[in-house]
Amino acid sequence: MRARIKKPGASPARTNIEVEMSSGENGFAIRAESVSRHYQMGAALIRAVDGVSLEVRAGEFLALLGSSGSGKSTLLNLLAGLDRPASGAIIVRGRNLAEMDTHELARYRSLAVGMVFQAFNLLPRMTLEENVELPLRLAEVERADRAARVREALEHVHLEKRLAHRPSELSGGEQQRAALARALVNRPTILLADEPTGNLDSATGEEIMLLLKNFNQSMGMTIVMVTHERSLAERFADRIATMADGKLLSITAKSAGGAHS
Amino acid sequence: MKIGDLTELALRNLREAILRNSLTTLGVAVGVASLVAMLSLGVGLQQFASQRLASSGLFNAVFVASRYNARNYERSANQDQNKNQNQKQNAATAKPARPLDESARVEMTRLPNVTEVYPEIRFMTEVRYADKPYPTMVAGVPDSSRSDGAFDGMTGKFFSSSSAGEAILQIAFARELSAQPASLIGKDLILRYAEREALPAQSGKAAQSSAGNTNSAGAGFSVVPHEKKLRIVGIVSTEPEGGFGGFGRSRVFIPLAVAETLSATQVNDLRDVLNGSNKTRSYGSLTVRVKSPTLVPPVEAAIKEMGFSTFSLLDTTRNLRLFFTVIDLLLGIFGSLALVVATLGIVNTLVMAILERRREIGVFKALGADDRDIKQLFFAEAGVMGLAGGIAGVTLGWLIGKGLTWGTNIYLSRRNLPSVNISSVPLWLALGAVAFAIVVSLVAGLYPASRAARLNPVEALRYE
Repeated sequence: MRARIKKPGASPARTNIEVEMSSGENGFAIRAESVSRHYQMGAALIRAVDGVSLEVRAGEFLALLGSSGSGKSTLLNLLAGLDRPASGAIIVRGRNLAEMDTHELARYRSLAVGMVFQAFNLLPRMTLEENVELPLRLAEVERADRAARVREALEHVHLEKRLAHRPSELSGGEQQRAALARALVNRPTILLADEPTGNLDSATGEEIMLLLKNFNQSMGMTIVMVTHERSLAERFADRIATMADGKLLSITAKSAGGAHS
Repeated sequence: MKIGDLTELALRNLREAILRNSLTTLGVAVGVASLVAMLSLGVGLQQFASQRLASSGLFNAVFVASRYNARNYERSANQDQNKNQNQKQNAATAKPARPLDESARVEMTRLPNVTEVYPEIRFMTEVRYADKPYPTMVAGVPDSSRSDGAFDGMTGKFFSSSSAGEAILQIAFARELSAQPASLIGKDLILRYAEREALPAQSGKAAQSSAGNTNSAGAGFSVVPHEKKLRIVGIVSTEPEGGFGGFGRSRVFIPLAVAETLSATQVNDLRDVLNGSNKTRSYGSLTVRVKSPTLVPPVEAAIKEMGFSTFSLLDTTRNLRLFFTVIDLLLGIFGSLALVVATLGIVNTLVMAILERRREIGVFKALGADDRDIKQLFFAEAGVMGLAGGIAGVTLGWLIGKGLTWGTNIYLSRRNLPSVNISSVPLWLALGAVAFAIVVSLVAGLYPASRAARLNPVEALRYE
């Protein structure tokens, strides 16, 4: 059983790691310092991420833009604590993910970040309700609180009437919305999205982007989204970080007029 | 993850591949069944042997005889000490020999934990049936034999009371009396026996002849033929307490109280005459029944202290227990082999599950599951298969045991032998087998669980 250290005023289901993560440090949600991730493939050394330094402000919507193989998904996995950097540091609200043990990283993924994927990654054998409930089970949220939390998350994505449906009974857009509900259910402060519109048509993709933007603006959620669609990035992201060959080429911010420069 | 969630997810996962997991669980069940069936036979046979031996009355009994014996009657304590006996025996035999008479019987009855003391009464008779004579041995049977199993499986019934003028015949003897032994039940027979009658006070030649013998102070007894009509109430197909210390080698059994009233002449009567103690009649031997075999040693020691020779078969039961323990161990080892094979099925099933659920494991990790959660999930699945297989296996093993007992009894009944119960699944065996199945399944789950926990989440999420 995981130890729970409550902070006065904190939600009963939120643990110390979440409190630490949300306490803030100089306004940055995530700071990557010279992060590298290399793979050895035979004799060749693949530099998937090569000395990337990046700061993501709390409440910011950042798009990681780049072509296939540019290292943006690898960087996102590093920010999510799914992977460890070969060198460098990833500071999330004062703590370096590279120095966390596997248990601390799991707690970080459970409570501080939510993830959505291009392939949705809903579990086909579970209903929507069970899929969304899964992060609550892993976070050991009391059973009595779960139903309300699941319903609340599904209401955010307008799927509250599809509780008993299995993923195969939903459209692609609905599946991605369900995945968004699953990412939101533990009330994380950071949402990491890996090509969330990649498997959707443009209209449905737009719908998902509007939801993401809504979470960003109404909840103050920090969003880091990987995409290769410049138009989407330019329309919805506050800043665009462009990557190529594992390196960060540029970071552009949206001007008051809406254009990135 | 909490235990409730873990179990729920494990059951859900098992249901998803219901056929494969059921077959794996069936494998465990067969393994456990083999183990349980083997051990149930071991336990059943041990119980059967113990029960039969206990019902023979040999193991909770002390057989008592006077230290006067045919080889060297009334030998002194010093003579006894010269024998190659251990120190303890010497201490016991240091007491002077005393007659095994009614007063000794009463004294033994009062010893703690003694339930019954009865003499061995066995004498030669001539049975007359349908006006034909049949010489044979008659034995007195105590009323306690009614419930100790010595007469189990008999045709007819046991004596209606301890003083009833009734007889039970041994089957071989009954066949001599009639080609259809069962038809004898309810019929009467005449017992002709030699009754011992005390002589009147000594006079004349008898007094003179005895004057030269200091040992024969008594006047002796006369032997008078008598008859007793008895009704046949039962026919026993076995030899109750066959051949040792009881009614063995006898072919007609009558209530002990009746046998005592007959006052038939026995071999030890001659000894009474020779040692001059025939004024108070002594017994050839007494059987002292004790509450349980474990209480035999103190009773035996107390009787030795009283100045009698004793014998019990307790050491034999210890050897018997050792023998059955070794048999149980061997049966358990052979039975466990099938369970070991079944565990390989669990390993295979769980390794297959890892391959199939690789992406799911990645999703679990992305959503916050740590290595321990994944490991516990696979352990829970292995444990559930072990539990289900264990319960099913115990049931199956019990059924196999029952089937074997049933088959054995059919075989025995065709040979006119009484039915037996050769298998037994006591609670400790059932619970132990289920626990063993769970432990073995968890051990089988060690490798798959650890392999699943070690999966790299990024690679697992990429897996198609």
